[in-house]
Amino acid sequence: MQIDLRTVSIEPLRQTFDHIAARIGNDKAASRYLEATMDVQPNVNFHYRPTWDPAHEIFDASRTAITMKDWYALKDPRQFYYGTYTASRARMQETAEADFEFVESRGLDASYDDAARRIALDFYVPLRHVAWGANMNGASMCAYGYGTAITQPCLYQGMDQLGIAQYLTRLGLTLGDQAEVQFAKKAWLEQPQWQELRRLVEDTWVVKDWFELYVAQNVVIDSLVSGLAYTEVDQALNERAGSTVSLLTRFQTEWFADSSKWVDACMKVAAAENPSNKALLQQWLGHWRGRALAALQPVAKQALGADADDALARVSARLDARLAKAGLLSSN
Amino acid sequence: MSNVFIAFQTNEETRSIVEAILADNPNATVNQQPAMVKIDAPDQLVVRRSTVEEHMGRPFDLQELHINLITLTGHIDETDDEFTLSWAH
Repeated sequence: MQIDLRTVSIEPLRQTFDHIAARIGNDKAASRYLEATMDVQPNVNFHYRPTWDPAHEIFDASRTAITMKDWYALKDPRQFYYGTYTASRARMQETAEADFEFVESRGLDASYDDAARRIALDFYVPLRHVAWGANMNGASMCAYGYGTAITQPCLYQGMDQLGIAQYLTRLGLTLGDQAEVQFAKKAWLEQPQWQELRRLVEDTWVVKDWFELYVAQNVVIDSLVSGLAYTEVDQALNERAGSTVSLLTRFQTEWFADSSKWVDACMKVAAAENPSNKALLQQWLGHWRGRALAALQPVAKQALGADADDALARVSARLDARLAKAGLLSSN
Repeated sequence: MSNVFIAFQTNEETRSIVEAILADNPNATVNQQPAMVKIDAPDQLVVRRSTVEEHMGRPFDLQELHINLITLTGHIDETDDEFTLSWAH
């Protein structure tokens, strides 16, 4: 008896869900990102309006002044859904953990220059409160935002900030001890150089328009704080005392490069949607950027001394370059 | 004029690679088989790292092609940014 093996090609009747096919066409297989993201949030048939905000439906696009024909145009170029997001962060965390272990196993923390150690502790550890504020803001954007395409990465961004706050705490515990972390909290609450920044962070908590919050937090504060902390101060400390602090802040550096891709992509799409969006975004950028630069000035001075203004100018120029790419700089 | 081709296992990774190849090679034709996807192109086929990264949404090393590669024909010209199949010497 002879058996012939042969492959039978079976065409699937449908490649993806109907609501995805309506967006990308019937003949194409959809990515998991699209299937886990597009039109996931309910749009119609809500029952009662929330008692805490009877002027809006529970999911309501009018919670922001930004308008979009299709909120799902604000896609994440990193294509993060729960699975890819956690896998990506697990990889980054593994590297960061290895770096902490490297510092501890070689005794780099004990042999670190004491003057540089003081600067690092005084500058980085209070920033964990900024990161925690950003965590609150990420959750807020996710809660009041519209459309899974943008609310999903907003929550991821908030979770990342919680991770950053924890890494900054560990930096404090590695280079110092628990008293240093307590001291940093006291500095955040009481020392005059931190108060403008603290006021800025606390003011963002009560911003009602979630897209304005997106601009204030994800575009302005994140890029200026990260640019100052993980490029400028980091470099200054490198030159002075070697790269120990760079190892301890590696997660933040990688995270900032990664999240900027998403932040810029959404700004670009929202600004290109219509002129009134663009005008609003520019107005918000102007307002928050002015405040953030002023708030960071005394802190930069504390860490960098005379080079503070030049450093902030460089950080600011890098933000300009990103905004120019997103088409938002023409009328500034 | 002869064809070159490249064939991958069908999975979530190669979906973006195939999309990138089709975007960069307008003359390429795609041939879906059970668990395999084969792309034919006249003369030349280019896999560009930048396009794959765009479709995949993450950094991509062209060497990662080999994880899902089944077979290919043509002479290979490989750099960090491009993986080219052709019959040119």
